[in-house]
Order: sequence, then structure tokens, then C-alpha cells
Amino acid sequence: MNINATLFAQAVVFLAFIWFSAKFIWPHLLTAIETRQKTIADGLAAAEKGKQALEFSSKQADEEIGKARSRAGDIIGQAEKRASQMIEEAKLAARDEGGREKAAAKAEIEQEVSRAREALREQVAALAVAGAEKILRREINAQAHVELLAQLKKEI
Amino acid sequence: MASGTELTPNEYINHHLSFFGKQVGDGSFWTLNMDSISVSILLGVVGFGLFWWIARGATAGVPGKRQAFIELVFDFIDNQTKGVFKHERHAFVAPAALTVFIWVLLMNSMDFLPVDWIALGTHSISEHGFRIVPTSDVNTTFALSLTVLALTVFFAIKVKGFGGWIHELFCSPFGSNPLVWAFNLLFNLIEYISKPLSHSLRLFGNMYAGEMIFLLLWMWAANSAWSNDYYIGLFVSMGLAWAWAVFHILIVALQAYVFMMLTIVYISMAHQHH
Repeated sequence: MNINATLFAQAVVFLAFIWFSAKFIWPHLLTAIETRQKTIADGLAAAEKGKQALEFSSKQADEEIGKARSRAGDIIGQAEKRASQMIEEAKLAARDEGGREKAAAKAEIEQEVSRAREALREQVAALAVAGAEKILRREINAQAHVELLAQLKKEI
Repeated sequence: MASGTELTPNEYINHHLSFFGKQVGDGSFWTLNMDSISVSILLGVVGFGLFWWIARGATAGVPGKRQAFIELVFDFIDNQTKGVFKHERHAFVAPAALTVFIWVLLMNSMDFLPVDWIALGTHSISEHGFRIVPTSDVNTTFALSLTVLALTVFFAIKVKGFGGWIHELFCSPFGSNPLVWAFNLLFNLIEYISKPLSHSLRLFGNMYAGEMIFLLLWMWAANSAWSNDYYIGLFVSMGLAWAWAVFHILIVALQAYVFMMLTIVYISMAHQHH
């Protein structure tokens, strides 16, 4: 346990190793670790930013969807209104058409009736004349009574 | 030691506790313990060389397993330093702490090597005495602690200026009254002496005691080898040595840690103004 010059030698060796560590080991590791820490911190910050952006855009998308939905509702409402309007119009038009057609048919029927009546009257008149003719054949000269017969036919 | 000659316990212990000294001048002081110096340099070169090799190729991206291990050590020491030393630490204090921790840990770990097997090799270098645990050489521990002391003085002067340092020697801790100057100086001197003493002797004592216990157990084993019921002593000492080695892992790491922490604390104290 005696102190000797080894003391100085070991002190020099010690200082040399401290110098070596401080110059060649520590800075390399420090740079590597700090760079990595910065990279990780940046990455986390970017992720956070991305998350915020995502939140923001999803909120925006929700808003857009809501807007679109309300507009779609508006459009559907309008369309429905328009449709009911069109149906109403069509109904009205149909009713008019129906009325018109009914009136035309009625007129035709009336015409037909009057024509039939005319024909009937003529036939009755003819029958009457025929009957009268049959009765009068013998005694009445047709030529002499033609005027009378025409008058009678008109009356019927 | 591997020779068949029987040694007395005294001879065995003395043999293992003698240094490979080399005279470099007149007087017994001018001796270099070549074993301590060479082993500590070898360990430093291997240890710091490994760190340097990995640190040089360190990537800021995904680290490999080797780099992750080195960064684990780095982070551990950086955190310990950060906890104690509140100034800019990356330029000197933290690397110094790394140096102390790794170097002392490696030097302490030499205790685990079986001395008699190592002696088979070291006998070709030095027939009588080659100690492979540099930290159980009081010169090594004092070299470390006195270097740390020199660093504390250096930083104290650097931070406070030479005048400030002298002022602190005389005016703290009791105040600047001229009546207490002498007490202050005495107090500070005691502190400056006790710091490196306790710093180095704690490490030295632990490692020396650990080495001694290993030697006693190996000696028991060696001496039993020539007795009739050799296996009892052999196996019992083997078991005990194993148990002591396991326990010694704790001491080795703990002493390296304590030595590093005290180094940081002392340098940190030098930065504080009183």
C-alpha cells in the first residue's frame, strides 16, 4: 500500500480517457440521440397537427353534408309541390275535357234524337199518307189531292 | 501458482498482493506499477474503443441493438449528471462521468477473473507479482480522486475567478469576519483533504477487501488440493467463491456508481457560489 509514481501515470491516463470521451464519444451519441428526439418530437407534432386537420375537415364535411341534406329536402319539397300542382292541373284539364266531351256527346245525342224524331215524323206522315191513300185510293184522285197531301204531311 | 510446490498461506497472499513494480528513478517513490498501468490502459482502450466504435457509427434513426445498449449507458449517466449538475454538462462533466463509470467498472470487474489462471499468463511477464485489479492499487484510486480534486479546484477558479476562490477559502462557511478567517481556511482545507481521501479509499477498500476474500478462498482451494480429503475444501471454497462473486457484482457496480456520483457532486459543488 505504498504511494509511488504510478499515481502520476494513472492520472495522466485518466485525463487522456476523459479527453477522449469528451471529444470522440459523447458528442456523437449526444448528436444522434438529440436528432432522434427532435425527429420524434416533430413526428408527434405533425401527427397532432394531422389529427387536428382531420377533425377540422370532418367537421367541415359534416357541415357540407348537412347543407346538402337540407338542400335535397328543399328540392324534394319543391318537387312534391310541383307534382301535386301538376296533378291538380291535370285533374282540372281532365275535368274540362270531360265536360267538353260530355257536352259534345249531349249535343250529338240531341241531334241524333231530333234527327230520329224527324225521321219518325216523316215515317208517321208517310204511314198516315199511305193509310189515307189506301182509304182514299178509290175515291180520291191522287193528282187532285197532291196539294192537300203535302200540306197534311207538313202538319204531321 | 500453478506449480506443484506447496505455499504457506502467507506466501500465497503476499505473492498475489505484490505489484509488478518498475524502478524509474531514485528512491522507492519512483516506481511504476506496470501491472496497474497496463491493465487499466488496456481496459480503457477496449472499453472506450468499443464506445467510440459504436458512437462513430451511431445513427439518429432506428438504433441497432449495440447502439441501443450504448445509448442506455449514455442515458443513465446523462440522467445522473443532470440530477446533480445544473450547469452545461455536455462539454465536460457528463463525459467525465461516463469515463469514470465505465473505466472504474471495468477495472473493478477484473476481480472476477480467477487469479491463479490469469497468473499462468502473467507469469511470463513477471515471475513475481502481477495484480490485475487496478482499483485495488491505492495509486490508481488516488490518481482518480486527486485528478477529480484538481478538477474541482480548476472549476472553482474558472467559475469564481482566482480572487473569488481565495475569498471563499477564507470567508465560507462561517462568514467574512476576519476573526473567523482562520477557521474558515482550516475548515476548507479539511474538506479539500477529506474529499479525495474518502473518495479514493472507499473504492480502494472495497476492491482490496473483495480481492482479499477471493484470495483466501482460492488459497483454501489450492491448499486442499494436496490434502487427502481435498474435495471438501475444494468444493466448499468453490461454492463460497461463487457466492462471493455474485455478491461482488453488486459491489463492483455500486462502487463504480458511487465513484462516478461523487465525481459529479464534487465538480458540481465547485460550481456553486457560497
